[in-house]
Amino acid sequence: MALNAKSLNEDEYFYGHKACGGCGGSLAVRIALKVLGEKAVAVLPAGCMSAVGFNFPQLCFSNNAIISTFAGTASMLAGIEAGLRAQGITNFQAVGFAGDGGTADIGLQALSGAIDRNDNILYICYDNEAYMNTGIQKSSLTPFGAKTTTTPAGKNIHGNLRPKKNMFEIAAAHDIPYAATASVGYMNDFMNKIEKASKIQGTKYIHVIAPCPTGWCVETDSTVEIAKEVVDCGLWYLAEYENGEYTLNYKPKKFTDVGEYLKKQGRFRHLSDNDIEIIKCSRDKKWEKINQNWRIK
Amino acid sequence: MARKFLSGNEAFAEGIRLAKPQVISAYPITPQTIVVERLSEMVEDKSLKAEFIHVESEHSALSCAMGTSAVGARAFTATSSQGLLYMAECLTYASGGRFPIVMMNANRSTALPWNIYGDQRDSISLLDSGWIQAYAENAQESLDLALMSYYVAEDKRVSTPFMANLDGFVLTHTYEVVDVPTKKQADEFLPPFKTENKLDLNNPKNLAFSAGPAQNTAFKYKEHIGLLNAKEVIGEAEEKFAKIFGRKYSGLTEEYRTDDADYIIVTLGSIAGLVRETVDKLRNDGKKVGLLRIRYLRPFPNEEIAGALKNAKAAAVLEKDISFGNEGTVYTNVNSAIKKQNIHITTSNYIGGLGGKNISEAEIENIFGDIESGKTGVTFLGLGGE
Amino acid sequence: MKPYLRDKIPQSLSEIPDAPSYEAGYLITKNAGWRNEKPVINLDKCIGCLQCYLHCPDGVIFKENGKVGIDYDFCKGCGICRKICKIGAIEMEAEK
Repeated sequence: MALNAKSLNEDEYFYGHKACGGCGGSLAVRIALKVLGEKAVAVLPAGCMSAVGFNFPQLCFSNNAIISTFAGTASMLAGIEAGLRAQGITNFQAVGFAGDGGTADIGLQALSGAIDRNDNILYICYDNEAYMNTGIQKSSLTPFGAKTTTTPAGKNIHGNLRPKKNMFEIAAAHDIPYAATASVGYMNDFMNKIEKASKIQGTKYIHVIAPCPTGWCVETDSTVEIAKEVVDCGLWYLAEYENGEYTLNYKPKKFTDVGEYLKKQGRFRHLSDNDIEIIKCSRDKKWEKINQNWRIK
Repeated sequence: MARKFLSGNEAFAEGIRLAKPQVISAYPITPQTIVVERLSEMVEDKSLKAEFIHVESEHSALSCAMGTSAVGARAFTATSSQGLLYMAECLTYASGGRFPIVMMNANRSTALPWNIYGDQRDSISLLDSGWIQAYAENAQESLDLALMSYYVAEDKRVSTPFMANLDGFVLTHTYEVVDVPTKKQADEFLPPFKTENKLDLNNPKNLAFSAGPAQNTAFKYKEHIGLLNAKEVIGEAEEKFAKIFGRKYSGLTEEYRTDDADYIIVTLGSIAGLVRETVDKLRNDGKKVGLLRIRYLRPFPNEEIAGALKNAKAAAVLEKDISFGNEGTVYTNVNSAIKKQNIHITTSNYIGGLGGKNISEAEIENIFGDIESGKTGVTFLGLGGE
Repeated sequence: MKPYLRDKIPQSLSEIPDAPSYEAGYLITKNAGWRNEKPVINLDKCIGCLQCYLHCPDGVIFKENGKVGIDYDFCKGCGICRKICKIGAIEMEAEK
């Protein structure tokens, strides 16, 4: 039975937090916890969600939740899972919510170790494409051309020059039992992937695009819209890796305009037509590979 | 009880087996490796029922142990020098989180230069991290510490992680006859781990949160008190230990022939064995000398040290570390202890054993000779090669 | 159960726990003061599709009588709900 707004658990587990208005990350965490329910034991590293959710005595998680060190989300999860299991406790879901930095940069080592051991944990990366909590600095998941506070856009350099690290495929390359990409702009897809993952034994990785109005420089009400558009214009895709195979869950009939998607956001407004062309080409190149090699649903 | 011929590492591993940790997460580093190898064998042959997690770094080892402790299970990890420093962030995290994790540290020199041999710069450079720090002299004490560490750490009044230090190679890899207690005795001594400081499906909690300027000091104060409380609990642990195992330890320090000593060497770890022998030799020659062995650097035995040294003429602190730009850290701590009690004796500092350099009986005799002739200051032993 | 507002703010030494470990879902402040404008739902127009409830990052929209209500104690006024409502049942009104 597919999950939707009506069938979703009515309870709230992430509430009263101090995230910016319109925060995509908090939306992702809120929904994930509603899918997983009160048996979720959540680990959050240093980052936006822990910074806004755990300010004693304002403690915004009504399920079990703990902050890990920045680099240690996956390893703390491994310890939690083993520790509960050692006590004969089985009805729980060990879940991590780490940002792009806590996943692809400082957290990568521990994540790789966990996947390698096939620890029975669900690892969710809420990707707002920069170190937002500390003031919008570049991470390895910051897309090409984005202006951040450490990749300022000026006459000489047009913002971040490196492409987005492909964390989904890095997780898949471990031959992980289950990995998926998602977006808060395609909520039913995201919810159902979480539910599916929660039923799989072993390590699961879900990478959800979670726009940050503050860092992307869009209006607070545009979060969901822009999270949909990044998929519709082909710069992000909804896919799964399972049983050694990649599957594309959604193929837009015709991509919406990349330039329009980019120019809506203050962090991309400086891009030249040439920059946008580069971005379009790399998108096309990626989709060529997807169309050739992935199973298309 | 069985008598076995074991290395320091093996003895510690036996002690851990008896302590029954539920999750072991460790990363190999010389000279700790034997401990984790033995534990993995015990897991394999089922003499130890534990989850053994092959973590991919020391930072993850302690991070994993914190996850284990945070759900109310007993955690163990072990490391040395570079690994200890790599997980340094997690040390304050664990102590601040009040997770009673036990970690064995094989004392080893820290780079640079690279050196795999034993000195105490690794643990002593992290004295402020909020962990209980004990220093074993021999393999028997190592085994016994493995059991006592959980008893002390998990006591509600303490709730502080415990670092048990064994001198690299000199203690970890040398062999002694060791009494290995039975499971029954160990279970009688060490109760199962119970705590309310845990994530609980029946009573959900939020752990390891932020505390701002208004509340932070209170948390830190409570942490400090917890560590201070360890002194009392160590005493209780040793009483109970003596009743069950027949071995009585002497608390935070051990005094050897200090009562009427004019000249005392204060030291810690395995070198104390050689100092003890030197004391006996010099006593035979009519010299009134003694040894004060520090067993716990944290909580620091201020009263015990002041009490042992107050009637001496002079004391030398012999340690295997240096706080660059000043003096040995143990020396700093000892001087503070005697100053607080207004004891006016001459003290001097001997830095030896760095990078595993051997300290000879002759050098120890010279130290006693030095302090008798009034020498003070910081002296490095072992300069100039062989 | 949702995190909720409590009366007591632990402040004294005896009220502060021995470890950074406390009851889950313990709230002491509201977020209402953040808003410049607040969403108002026209219940006559609302068809109970629940998209606003689904997409609120703060979870302040709740199911009520086949439609929805808003917990204004914790609404930040981001406006996602207004934008997502397909039939324009939500308007943003300026806070006084």
